[in-house]
Amino acid sequence: MTTATTTTGDRPAPADGEPVLEVRDLSVTFTTEGGTVSAVDGVDLTLGRGEIVGVVGESGCGKSVTAMSLAGLLPRSAEVTGSVELLGRQLRGAPPAQLRAVRGNEIAYIFQEPMSSLNPVLTVGRQVSEVLQVHERMSRARARERAVELLRLVGIPSPERRVRQYPHELSGGMRQRVMIAMAVACDPTVLVADEPTTALDVTVQAGILDVLRGLRDRLGTSILVITHDLGVIADVADRVVVMYAGRVVERAGVEELFVHPRHHYAAGLLSASPTPGRYAAADDRLQEIPGLVPTLAEQPDACTFADRCPAATDRCRSAAPPLAELDPGSGHEVACWHPRGSTPTTDHPAGEEDA
Amino acid sequence: MARYLATRAWQSLLTLVLAAVVVFLGIRALPGDPALALAGEDRSPEALAAIRSEYGLDQSLPVQFWQYVTRMVRGDLGTSIRTGEPVSEMLRTALPVTLELSLLAIVIATLLGVLAGVVAAVRRGRPEEWVANGLALVGLSVPHFWLGLVAILYLAVATNLFPASGFVPLAEDPVANLHHLVLPSVILGTGLAAVIMRQTRSSMLDALSADYVRTAEAKGLRPRVVVTRHALRNSLIVVVTIVGLQLGALISGAVVTEQIFTLPGFGKLTIDAVFQRDYPVIQAVVLVTATSYIVINFAVDLLYSVIDPRVRVAGEAA
Repeated sequence: MTTATTTTGDRPAPADGEPVLEVRDLSVTFTTEGGTVSAVDGVDLTLGRGEIVGVVGESGCGKSVTAMSLAGLLPRSAEVTGSVELLGRQLRGAPPAQLRAVRGNEIAYIFQEPMSSLNPVLTVGRQVSEVLQVHERMSRARARERAVELLRLVGIPSPERRVRQYPHELSGGMRQRVMIAMAVACDPTVLVADEPTTALDVTVQAGILDVLRGLRDRLGTSILVITHDLGVIADVADRVVVMYAGRVVERAGVEELFVHPRHHYAAGLLSASPTPGRYAAADDRLQEIPGLVPTLAEQPDACTFADRCPAATDRCRSAAPPLAELDPGSGHEVACWHPRGSTPTTDHPAGEEDA
Repeated sequence: MARYLATRAWQSLLTLVLAAVVVFLGIRALPGDPALALAGEDRSPEALAAIRSEYGLDQSLPVQFWQYVTRMVRGDLGTSIRTGEPVSEMLRTALPVTLELSLLAIVIATLLGVLAGVVAAVRRGRPEEWVANGLALVGLSVPHFWLGLVAILYLAVATNLFPASGFVPLAEDPVANLHHLVLPSVILGTGLAAVIMRQTRSSMLDALSADYVRTAEAKGLRPRVVVTRHALRNSLIVVVTIVGLQLGALISGAVVTEQIFTLPGFGKLTIDAVFQRDYPVIQAVVLVTATSYIVINFAVDLLYSVIDPRVRVAGEAA
């Protein structure tokens, strides 16, 4: 479907080519026994062809819920509003059969825990080939051959032998490669990687990120990486979206964000991550952001970070700051009434701990 | 695998020997004298002594046990004190009845139980689940001898849909054979079906919220495939265990069911033998039952490795 590319409005043009996935004003509310919980509030997200966008934030900031809602994978207790367009087609509220045709085919997922995300009683070959049988209508034998090729593509040695093995016979990194092989089996337009490396050793992580980058370079896959790990973002992402308590608080190119974080939360996240050379100074310690991400029954008309923010004023508590570019045309957007200047990261004033 | 099998065989043998000792001593500890039961009207000491000597009952217990074991090893299960028939012959006619009854009951209970359990889990919180839960409660709490009597009353006597009692061997007339066994099998299977349903429901609920089911959904598989290929197969591991554990209850249930439907099976043989203090028959019946327990447990273990590949590897490593 070559629908006319929807105008991105005031949003910066994606790195390479037209947007393939456009999320507008996405909100998700869960109805639980204890009342309603607002998990995502008015999130906008654009993913260009061949682009890797990182969504970063603490646990509970709504990043995974956002990811799951794209292909309608949330439980029935979730109420989703807003718009999710894949190549101009509306997915939000689409009938189940249509969503099934998209899942695993046009939007594919990689999950955090490759051990529990793979079915323990089916061979990995079977788990890869069943995607092909469903979406590409391949015969079982043909799908199996293709599964071998896919395992080779994601860097699994002796794939002919591996297809007959079960998940428990593989290492964590190999399992995650199987997940990726499964996800890219039908050459998806969008790959959503939800904490793809969190459960893995650091050395294995690098290999997995290489595979993701390789897929983008060779197949032109657009990838949405959901993570709490800024190291992963720095490694693979072209652009970063910072989420806090269900809202997007900052959005920028990866280098811009790392060098000039404008939102106090983003700056706090950066100073809470170790960077090489930082320990040179004796009194320079990793800063933590005081407090926790709030769980909200409803989204207030205020900055939800105000209670943890060193720069918060009354204005922050009485009106929600809009997500806007500070310097027009820079593509760097921030939702803050008192954005940080171009101060270096390490000068984040949040920590007043004594050494 | 070979070592695993050898270990299992050794354990099974030990279990069998223990079972033989326990039953041998157990029945002799029971009050009552087989010689008295056999003697009938003529209870003169001479007649009793003749009977005792004929069946070796006047020997000391160790000697009796030794005779019993040596005969058994030769495949001679002895002669029934009550009927004078060889015990092996009596088993040959009774065993197929009970085997068929139990097998049918297992099949029916597994089909019903797994189906109801899956429905209850998939349609959680809806009328389908309440119906399935209600049926399971009935199956668990209503004694099956009562259910059996009610079934005879309404489905056999009142409507003539099924025969109320009796048995036709499979080889003679398969249709009539099945017709006679359907009702007893369903009745015998109700308790097991209820247990299987509850177990399937709870392990399906676990499986349906597992990460690999989310993966299956994210692949765009149809709900039916997600439920059967991905969730159910994992749930069956637990269900198989439960079925294995419940088979003991099934065998004792068969004794009662056979009595109600007057099936000439193992149950009837056992009850008659116990009342008559027919030692050789009781010993044989218990041994065969113990053997079937062992065989069933072994089969269940092998079944695990078919369903769960992780067990396969552990077994090979052992």
